[in-house]
Formats: sequence, C-alpha cells, structure tokens
Amino acid sequence: MRLVEIHDLCRSYGAITAVNNFSLTAERATIVALVGPDGAGKTTLFRAACGLLGFETGSITIAGFDVKTQFNHIKPLLGYMPQNFSLYPDLSVEENLSFYAGLFGLNRTDFNQKKKYLYDFSNLGQFADRRAEALSGGMKQKLALCCNLIHDPQVLILDEPTTGVDPLSRRQFWDILKKLRHDGSTIIVSTPYMDEVALADKSVFIFNGKNMAEGTPDKLTALFNGRVYRLDMVPDINQIESINALRGISARRFGSSMRLYIKPEREIADYRAAFSQFGFSENDLREIRPELEDTFIQLMEQA
Amino acid sequence: MSKVGHIARKEFRHILRDSRSLLIAILMPILMTFLYGYAVNLDIKNIKLAVLDHDRTFESRELVNKYYNSGYFHYAEREPSPSDPERVLKTGHANAVLIIKPGFSKTIETIRTNPANLFVNSEVYDIGLLLDGSDANVAAAAGSYAAIIVNEYLASHLPPDMEFPGVEISKQVLYNPDLKSSHFFVPGLIAIILMMISALLTSITIAREKETGTMEQLLTSPVTPRQIIIGKVLPYIGLAFFDGILILFFGVFHFGVPFSGSIILLLFFMGIYIAAALSLGVLISTIAKTQQVAMMAAMIMTVLPSVMLSGFIFEIKNMPYFLQLLTRIVPATYFLQIIRGIMLKSSGLAELWLQAATLILITVALLAIATKRFKLKIG
Repeated sequence: MRLVEIHDLCRSYGAITAVNNFSLTAERATIVALVGPDGAGKTTLFRAACGLLGFETGSITIAGFDVKTQFNHIKPLLGYMPQNFSLYPDLSVEENLSFYAGLFGLNRTDFNQKKKYLYDFSNLGQFADRRAEALSGGMKQKLALCCNLIHDPQVLILDEPTTGVDPLSRRQFWDILKKLRHDGSTIIVSTPYMDEVALADKSVFIFNGKNMAEGTPDKLTALFNGRVYRLDMVPDINQIESINALRGISARRFGSSMRLYIKPEREIADYRAAFSQFGFSENDLREIRPELEDTFIQLMEQA
Repeated sequence: MSKVGHIARKEFRHILRDSRSLLIAILMPILMTFLYGYAVNLDIKNIKLAVLDHDRTFESRELVNKYYNSGYFHYAEREPSPSDPERVLKTGHANAVLIIKPGFSKTIETIRTNPANLFVNSEVYDIGLLLDGSDANVAAAAGSYAAIIVNEYLASHLPPDMEFPGVEISKQVLYNPDLKSSHFFVPGLIAIILMMISALLTSITIAREKETGTMEQLLTSPVTPRQIIIGKVLPYIGLAFFDGILILFFGVFHFGVPFSGSIILLLFFMGIYIAAALSLGVLISTIAKTQQVAMMAAMIMTVLPSVMLSGFIFEIKNMPYFLQLLTRIVPATYFLQIIRGIMLKSSGLAELWLQAATLILITVALLAIATKRFKLKIG
C-alpha cells in the first residue's frame, strides 16, 4: 500500500522554482532516502508534505488523506522532524516527551508505557532529568525522534536528522529507523551521507527541485554511464578546471584524492598527452567501480 | 481544552526557567515602582533659597522663617551679596533669592492698623524674588510656593475679610492638592507594566517558537493554532494580574496613593486592558519572525506609545494635534483614564463606560487582524 503519494508538485518562491513537477511514492514499511545538494528543494518538499507550506500545483496524499483539505486527519498519523533541533532546550528530556504526549492526547498510563519503550531503545532513560540543551548532538536528535514517536505515527518525515552527528550516533539512529520500519512505519528521510542512502529501500535523487532518478541504491548505482578512475594525488583546483575543459572527461575532488569520469565512447589513452602536461601519467590512475555518489555527480552534470 | 492546559503549563515552565523573563516579570515592576516613586520625582522640594533681608525687623525674620519651615525651601549654600544678588544664582548656590526691601514691617503695621491708608497711597509693597529660570520646573514651583507662603503670612496678620492688592492667588489643584507625583505615576505605571508583560513578553515567546522551529512541530501535531495561542498567553494573563496587584500594593501601602474607588471594578477593567495588550502582542508575533524583531516591534508599537502618548508623563492636551489623534488608538490612554479615575476620583462605571467600550473595540479589532494574519501564515 502506498502511504505517501506526491504527484507533480510545484512550489516556487517568487522567480525561483524550489520544487518542480516532483513526484514520489512511498510504500508502507519502507525507508525512502532523499538525497541532493543543498538548495535542491528537500526541505520545501517536506514542509509542503507536512502542511506547513502551500503549493501551487500537484497533490500530496498521506495515508489516503489530502494534505490541503484533510490535514486534520493526517496530523495524528504523521511525525515530522525539522532540519534544526526543534524541542525546548530549557525543558528536560522527560518534560519534552510529556509535552508531546499531552499534545497527542495520551493519558498518564499510556505515556508511562510509551516512555519506557522509548527510553529502552534510545538509551535516553539515563538522561531523563537532563535539560535538552545539555544533551549531545546525537542524543538531541534521538530525543527529537522520540518526541515524534510518542503517538505511533504511520509516516515519519525526517529532514536531515543525522547531519553533523558523530558516526556512531548516526549508526544507532539508523538502527532505530530500521526497527521502526520493521514495526510498519513508513519513513522518508533526507540525508547528505551516501552510506545512509545505501541503507534505504528506495533512494530518490533530487536536484533543482526535480526527481532526477529513483530506485534501489543498486539500481541507481548501475545508472552510471562510463568509467571512473581514481588518482591519488593532492587535487589542485587549476588542474581540475583544466581537465574539465577537455571533452569527454571530467574531474572531481574527493577528499584528498581526485576522480576522473570518462564517457563510454572515450578511452583513457585519448588523454595521455594532456595528463603528462598536468604532471601525472596513465599508470597513476586506477579504475574503480562506480559508486552511488558518482551516479549523482553524473546526473547533476547532465542536468 | 486539556491541550491548551498542556501548552500553558509548558509556557509557565519556560517563564520559571528563563531568568531573564522572570526578572522582567517580577523584579522590573517593583524596581520601576520605586524608581518612579522616589527618583523620578516631579515634586519640587529642597529649593535652595537665599535671602537678602534689608528690613531686618521681627516681621521680616518671621516671614523668612516661614519659608524655611515650609519644607519646600532650604538654606542656600552661600549668602547673597547685597550689591550683586544675582551672583548666587549664576554660580548655582541658590535656585531663588528672596529680597525684602526696607519697610516690610511698616507696611504690615499700616495694613493692620489702618488699611484705608494703603489704598489712599495706592502704593504696593513688593517682595522681590529672583528665580533661576534655567530649571523651569524648579522656577515655576518656587514662584508659586513663594506666593502661597506670602499669602499665608499675610492671612495670619490681616483681618480675615481684608483683600491685599498685588498678591497672587494660588491655583487650586483638584484631586492631588499636594501635587504629589506618585499619585499620578503609580496608576500610570500599572498601565505601562501590564502592556509590557502582556504585549512584549507574549510576542517574544511566540516569536521564539518560530525562531527555534518548535512552532512547526506544534503545527504538525493535533492542536489548532488557536489552542497554541491561547495556551501560550494564559500564563501571561496571570502574570500581568500578579504584577498589576503588586504595583498597586506598593503604591497604596508604601507611597500612600489613595484608592478611593472599587477594586473589583478596577480588576475587571484590568482584564479588558490585558486582553487588548495580549492581542497587540499576538499581532506583533505574526509579523516578527525572530525574538529580536519581536522585541523591537513591541517596544516601538506598545511600550513607547504607552509611555509617551498616553498621558502617563506628558499631558495629551499639550500635544500637537496629530499626536493627539495618535493617542486615541493607544490602549494605555484609555486605561490610564480608567485607573486614575477609579483610584483618585472614585469614578465608577457611569463615568468610565466609554473608555471601557473603546478598549473592547480596540481589542476586537486587533484580534481580528491578528487571527487573519496568523491564518495567512499557516496557509
């Protein structure tokens, strides 16, 4: 069953089109990862889906209810975690939880039960009396998630919940997401981390407000057209620009190394002369298997 | 309704935990009451008076003593020189110089024994008073006090039906015969503080939820915008009443401000005024996205006009016409008339219904605009 359906959504801010004919569906009990550069339209899309932002054309339905006309039916089914930490820093962990429980109309017995369950899997129990402002980044995000789980939502929309969180906390956070999926939740999550995209059931690549490609991570990776080479050399911005000026080849900085993308109709040997000019040779290059990120970069370059 | 209660309880916790807002809410009213009660004192006392007594008689000394015993004047820091009495004013050693020419005792004697003589000669004995006009308030006060004291002195020596030419009749001031400024300030202060608590703090607290993003969380949970707003302002209604009563308490019991009207009526009108102020606060919060902006907007739209354009300090009838028009949309203008009326003149509903009705009208208008704007934002 499709729990979230977005069809041909358009939303612009003045002359800028933030979301452009975007469509997306999410099946029950799946994790959909939304990935794209900053300004691609992820947050606009999420805010529209959560009834916080109007949109010009298109439609959004959640659990069969229309966001524009039946949002009151959606509220109890939906959990939304905005990009920035948005709980009350001066309230303790337990007070934050209890406040949301109150908003969703939980009675005391239900809350205590729910609290125990949430403390168990989030490890927040030991910090119950600590003020939210004194929590670590990872703990804050877990608390924000817990506040959104208090009413057993069927659909969770999480806007970059792990950005800036340490790797261990990120993994723990995703363990929770997987458990929630197992329990039947539908999760749409945006993330800048490729390793997290790989954990999702479906990934959607958004760029300039458009759905550029979607599918399982493997399927997306397979979309890459051409070959990838890795060059273990400290990248130099002039060098990258010079390579990008050549036809059929492009270069990207990847941390402390460089990647070269070569179109399928070209051979690495075609650029032998150019390489020697930049101070390296064909032998310094190693062909590697394209990764998800390489696909995204290629899609962005084609756009 | 229980959701409103939840939001209100949470809001109350915020107030208790935020030392700044707690300070504004509780310490500031007390501080301002004492500040206006003591420091910002418009009563003119301790006027430095220098005396040049050329008459040197029992009567002239009696008059001088009357000045110094009045409580308004005390001795100048330096004696004036007979050749240049103005000098002590220039140096700031005195605010006023009283000059008694020779013949004062003789004049008094003439009036007492044979008043008819005075009219025949049509000569008026005048007492000189040099005033330092650079402090206009002190000068004006000293001038009128001086006239009062002379009148009193003459009255005690002349036959009761005697009219003495050339003596000023002092103005009679109703309701506040002592011209004590605390009687005016304490009721006015309540109007200012209530506006501050209600409009400033509520607009800040709503803007804070917007700034931190928690407003989005609230709006995606099953509560209506109306419930959010009501829940958030409830604690501030309580706080505003608490502050109003606190200032009233210090005003009446510490500064001796009379309270001649009905306290129930005052609390009732206070409720209407708080509602007006809260509506203004909510309206500001629909415009302001951050706490900083909310604070600035609230200062400019509420606190400033309440202080300057309500008759709190400056009399409305002395303002230019367009400012007078502005004072009519300032809620504090009406509440000030109400609270001064109830406290000092024991006015009742019969005298104050128009002010109350206007306040209600302003509240309804503000709420209508605020609700409309809030909906637009969400849609």
